[in-house]
Amino acid sequence: MSFIYDKLLGGKSGALGLLVLSILILVVFPLALDGFRLNLIGKYLTYAFAAMSLVLLWGYGGTLSLGQGIFFGLGGYCMAMFLKLEASSPENTAIQSTPGIPDFMDWNQITELPWFWEPFSSFGFTIAAILIVPALFAYIIGVAMFKRRVGGVYFAIITQVIAVILTVLIVGQQGFTGGINGITDLRTLNGWDMTSDSAKYLFYYINCALLITVIVLSRFILTSKFGRLLLAIRDKEDRVRFSGYDVANFKIFIFCFAALVSAIGGAMFTLQVGFMSPSFVGIVPSIEMVIFAAVGGRMSLIGVVYGTLLINFGKTTFSESFPELWLFLMGGTFIAVVMFFPNGLAGLWEEYSTPLMKKIRAKIQPSVTAKPSSSSYETKESK
Amino acid sequence: MSVNLFTPQKSSTGRVIRKPRSLLKSLCAIPVSLVLATHIGLVSAADVNTTGLAVTDTEVTVGILHSLTGTMAISETGAQQAEKLAIKQINEMGGILGRQIKIVQEDGASDWPTFAEKSRKLLVQDKVAAVFGAWTSASRKAILPVFEKENGLLYYPTFYEGLEQSKNVIYTGQEATQQILDGLNWVAKEKKAKTFYLIGSDYIWPRTSMKIARKHIENVLGGKVVGEEYKPLGDTQFGSVINKIRLRKPDVIYAAVVGGSNVAWFKQLKAAGITSKKQTLLTISVTEDEVLGIGGENLEGFYSIMKYFQSQDNANNKAFVAAFKEMWGKDSVIGDVTQAAYLGPWLWKAAVEKAGSFDIDKVVAASEEGDIELTTAPEGYVKLDPNHHLWSKARVGQWMKNGQAKVVYESELIKPDPFPEGYQ
Repeated sequence: MSFIYDKLLGGKSGALGLLVLSILILVVFPLALDGFRLNLIGKYLTYAFAAMSLVLLWGYGGTLSLGQGIFFGLGGYCMAMFLKLEASSPENTAIQSTPGIPDFMDWNQITELPWFWEPFSSFGFTIAAILIVPALFAYIIGVAMFKRRVGGVYFAIITQVIAVILTVLIVGQQGFTGGINGITDLRTLNGWDMTSDSAKYLFYYINCALLITVIVLSRFILTSKFGRLLLAIRDKEDRVRFSGYDVANFKIFIFCFAALVSAIGGAMFTLQVGFMSPSFVGIVPSIEMVIFAAVGGRMSLIGVVYGTLLINFGKTTFSESFPELWLFLMGGTFIAVVMFFPNGLAGLWEEYSTPLMKKIRAKIQPSVTAKPSSSSYETKESK
Repeated sequence: MSVNLFTPQKSSTGRVIRKPRSLLKSLCAIPVSLVLATHIGLVSAADVNTTGLAVTDTEVTVGILHSLTGTMAISETGAQQAEKLAIKQINEMGGILGRQIKIVQEDGASDWPTFAEKSRKLLVQDKVAAVFGAWTSASRKAILPVFEKENGLLYYPTFYEGLEQSKNVIYTGQEATQQILDGLNWVAKEKKAKTFYLIGSDYIWPRTSMKIARKHIENVLGGKVVGEEYKPLGDTQFGSVINKIRLRKPDVIYAAVVGGSNVAWFKQLKAAGITSKKQTLLTISVTEDEVLGIGGENLEGFYSIMKYFQSQDNANNKAFVAAFKEMWGKDSVIGDVTQAAYLGPWLWKAAVEKAGSFDIDKVVAASEEGDIELTTAPEGYVKLDPNHHLWSKARVGQWMKNGQAKVVYESELIKPDPFPEGYQ
């Protein structure tokens, strides 16, 4: 019981935060919003996966990746390839010169399905690929970088460059990837209409469930010995190395895990939005993800979810109300957040809620009889 | 004149909003509505709108969805200006079925998922009766499933690659064959061209256009393609292509380079000494809008094939150009797509009035009968084919130093053929 409470939920404040978030996304939003707005929230929450991966990697690991879009995109593309193959049945594509292949391949004079598309006709393979391909890719990058002790700014730049390369590759190889249009017109999942309202609700709940699972799993990682080592690496990498730990392996692991989390977000994005395009792979989305994390608070798994929701909600509302001014309003919001709350929303919460809690506790304290035995037990535990 | 009272007010943010009418205005409006009602036989909203669209007894709401920000904003501005002009003119004429058109504008932000999100918002929340918008093929592909799912109606203004025909879209630009085939025939006949060098930006529209061009050159004209090359969108390095062109000496350079790349492409050609004195160049991607950025002196003497040029000499066009400049400034230029966007609201008006209803299905059915035509189109005359595309003429324009084109060739009306046999 205490294992679950302390390790998975993160103690009192963590459990409370998770409870509030769960009620908000599982109960309040579905009740308060119509299908259209709920679908938007669902889309924003997929970005929260990427923002959360940055909490692990950047907030705790101290390694800033400006390329989380790569993994978000890979996850999304894997899912889109499966859905596109399903949408390209010979009956649906009878007007093409080569029926049975995706429409953009036909437009690019490709006459048979490329080999790497073949396995994506299997749903099981696709799910496995969503989890494995981005993690494997991260592993390769991680080994190449961290084993050579490349870190800090250089790592950030290299991840950004990889994001650019991947975008150029996808845009350039449009016969195989759909190019700049991306993979569009995805309608069914195993024969089931993805665009119906019930499907949208289902995807939304799956998305929320995955999000909560990832929070719990990440919390477990961060509260374990590994999490403490991660913090130590962030603050004094050399000391950890001199203590006999292979720092690179820890970094590689957290980079792979972050990639996997982003990829789940990407796959859920494709399911809810109904297409995938290179505009989620490149520099701009990758930096946006960093902004979500910064606004939410890069040390807080739950804070970044609020950060992501707030920024995207602002983006949508501003652009609906002031189509010609909204970019300035967004820019103003960023500047305000960075100047006045450098620790993000989570920092703001800490700053104001902790003294308030203390005050409340101080008021309650006299009436509550002290329990010295249990409090000493708690301190022992926390050491 | 008092009909002007109905014109939507433009707020400082550019969004069209409707202010509560003052008592005086309302009093003025009553006789106008009565006049309109007796003239057009005004019917109540319930009769002309059975599917819950945003139609009242005095108003009908439409959406405009173009990029106001991002890289596409430069191109899409003209289109949304033309759409607003057409809507303003329709409102001044008394609106559609006695209803004034109210605009909800959304920003696609040059970002395809944003286009999808905003189109869903327009259809689901605002329940607009029609949407005028989208520009790139990518944005159209992104919003197409939304329009089909929510049964909306989109008027799409850009010349595009064809290979598409949706129940929910009316394509007011030309599909690939309407632009390409006549241009190639013209250049083969006039310039005795036999060898062609194809160059384009690397995405779906240039590639599909070049596929059709190659088949036409090889199978119909008996010519030869001596090179085919694609550059990434936004690329500015054309040195290697220009060297290859010098080496192969094609009779015609056939170009579909888009957007900002055009500036580099034409300047580098000129710097390399390839000018219209020695070389014929025919492009399918340069309109007056692009020439503004490229500079007329950099492509003087080269040819574009389009369906509309601002310099076209007819009464419709003169009135259109004058009205456009009055509304948007005397320095505005009007390109092919801007004119095509202007047709959208008029085609919709014609279809709605014929159907006697704003219901999407009835408007689409009325559009599919093949008898909707615009004799007042700036480009001359257009007719809506049952396949949702327009019959229009192809025109070859030769660019002049001042950024305008001289029309040197005009085809017959061409039937739109989005799925051309033998060209796929």
